[in-house]
Amino acid sequence: MKKKMIFSNFFKTNGVIMGSILMGLVGFWLIFLIVLPQLSMLDYSFRFNLPPADVGGPKDVYTLSNYQFLIYGSDDTHQTYNSVDLKVFVRTIIAAMMVTIFNILLCYPLAYFLGQSKGSAFVRLLVVLLIIPYWINEILRAFALRIIFGDSGLLNETLMFLHLTSEPIDFIRHDVALYAGLGYAYILLMLFPMYNVIESLDRNQIEAARDMGASWVKIHRRIVIPHAKPGIASGATMVFMLSAGALAAPQILGGPSSLWFTQLVYQWFNDSLNWQQGAAYAIVLLVSTITIVLTVMRIFKVNMGDIGK
Amino acid sequence: MSSGVAVNLEDIWIRFGDFVAVRDANVNINGGDFFSFLGPSGCGKTTILRAVSGFLDPSEGRVLIGGKDMAGIGPNKRPTALIFQNLALFPLMKVWENISFSMEVAGIGAKERRKRADELLDMIALEGQGDKLPSELSGGQKQRVAIARALCANPDVLLLDEPLSALDLKLRQHMRTELREIQKRVGITFIYITHDQGEALTMSDNVAVMKAGVIDQIDSGHNIYDHPATPFVASFVGENNVFRGKIKSINGNEAIVSTNRSGDLLSRIAPAQLGNLNVGDDAMMFIRPEVLKLGPAEESSKSTISADVMNEEFEGNTFSVFLEGDGGKSIKMSVPNAGQDHISSRGENLSLHYDPSNAVVMPAGELASE
Ligand SMILES: Nc1ncnc2c1ncn2[C@@H]1O[C@H](COP(=O)(O)OP(=O)(O)OP(=O)(O)O)[C@@H](O)[C@H]1O
Ligand SMILES: [Mg+2]
Repeated sequence: MKKKMIFSNFFKTNGVIMGSILMGLVGFWLIFLIVLPQLSMLDYSFRFNLPPADVGGPKDVYTLSNYQFLIYGSDDTHQTYNSVDLKVFVRTIIAAMMVTIFNILLCYPLAYFLGQSKGSAFVRLLVVLLIIPYWINEILRAFALRIIFGDSGLLNETLMFLHLTSEPIDFIRHDVALYAGLGYAYILLMLFPMYNVIESLDRNQIEAARDMGASWVKIHRRIVIPHAKPGIASGATMVFMLSAGALAAPQILGGPSSLWFTQLVYQWFNDSLNWQQGAAYAIVLLVSTITIVLTVMRIFKVNMGDIGK
Repeated sequence: MSSGVAVNLEDIWIRFGDFVAVRDANVNINGGDFFSFLGPSGCGKTTILRAVSGFLDPSEGRVLIGGKDMAGIGPNKRPTALIFQNLALFPLMKVWENISFSMEVAGIGAKERRKRADELLDMIALEGQGDKLPSELSGGQKQRVAIARALCANPDVLLLDEPLSALDLKLRQHMRTELREIQKRVGITFIYITHDQGEALTMSDNVAVMKAGVIDQIDSGHNIYDHPATPFVASFVGENNVFRGKIKSINGNEAIVSTNRSGDLLSRIAPAQLGNLNVGDDAMMFIRPEVLKLGPAEESSKSTISADVMNEEFEGNTFSVFLEGDGGKSIKMSVPNAGQDHISSRGENLSLHYDPSNAVVMPAGELASE
């Protein structure tokens, strides 16, 4: 009943022709660019990596072996675990969470400052200054960070010049560069949703709370953060998903010994030419990250609907 | 509850850059009074209230609450509670949490807070609605929740910034009486801001009338209406017919004004302006529509005006008659409805008279713009 109303209103406001075109485009986008490719990946992940001659033949049956490989490796008896890949998986998830939390902590004060000094020309300038670096493409930004964090990079040179360290610190090996790169890559996706919700907060509410004796901590805990929650949630979701699925930053900035899970996926597709195995890995990553996002949203009582606001 | 605490503003100036928002305000508010600031939009009412509540510091002058200088004391430390122009209820908190927020801040347990919130909900006739969200209340109910929230902190002074402006007429009139009753019950000082003269006159013990940052007059509502001190007050509060002219002669507290278009008219001099008027000065004389009576004056022609009827409107309790005097001078008269069919007919020439002690004359000055 309610759904019907939404549709009829949609056509009423946009007209039948325009409405159909819009619906068609969104439908095309959803079906051909998202659902079908993902379904074919899903299908791949349950098949054997067969030589072309066998595809569609009697050997081409569904199997769980690709998923089993991620857990047990090539051990058919399932006695030992595929600890290398599993470690990479867990590390990727935890690191992506860390990047997300770090971004929340960094963006919240900034978003609050920007959002509450609304309209001032200085703030608009600040926002533009924040956006400009993102005109540079991701690869270039990652390499620039690599140079800065390198052995003879700006950071090490400065530290040595200040005699804070006697020899260069290997930021790359210690993954400092990787985390900085990941944090930097998606920080605006955290900042802008937060900024938008905080800007919509009525200043009088903050003053009313202050008038009633609330401390700044209390004001943020009871007024600002609850109000900003949908923005924080939508920012955090994007940053977490994109960091966990990032490829460029780990490739360029990751240390030699630390792999990102997406790099494993890439290797299966590209180096081993085992798309079935790669698809299984990718599906595991996708399902895990979605599960984590939904769980966290449940814990913090955020509705899916609020995020779209 | 505490009995009223006095609020004094001493030589307050408030500037925003070069702009003077409040100019040399001196106001003494008795403890337990219902005091209103009345003035048109943008005249600096909210600004004064923010100085009392501590959200901004006056550029000059002192704010005293209960005799104590408030300089350097923040809004969270002052014994005031502010009700905002838009109420500023917390939309994500339940009604009872809103009301008891000041107790939550003070670290009081949920059980006790709930109990107090329920008491206050009873007082504002919203019992049993504590678990709703503010968005589930009507405008008038929100209004009352905002009042309860402010009262929950047990303030000595309640500051209200046009809290009724968002309500419809009926509800506004109802809330006036209710506010006044709440004030009597809790006995604390209320400082009320409004641009609605009806609100100010019905509720207040005293009213300060403001114009562009300047306080023109502080007095009881009755005195403000009957004895306006400036042309601005006379034209802003209630309706008034203005007659411009020059002072012809002065006799005690009465003067004869030689008006530009309506001949010589006799009037009482505004008490606040006694001694400020001299023969030959530019003056403005005010006669309220309800002061004008049909028929010529018996004793003196100096209180008779003749005019042609342009239009008549029936307003229920009164008839408003719009007339045009000599030289196109427009005049309005109100006649109580005593069951007549009509008062006059269009084009008819009428003689009107008034009691000179009900007219008031003062030096010419700025009028409230309509
Ligand atoms: N922070 C500020 N900076 C600069 N000017 C201000 C500031 N606050 C208020 N003003 C100016 O001071 C004047 C008085 O403002 P104020 O808000 O006190 O008006 P008001 O009487 O409450 O009006 P209203 O009835 O519309 O609420 C206005 O001209 C306003 O533009
Ligand atoms: Mg105001």
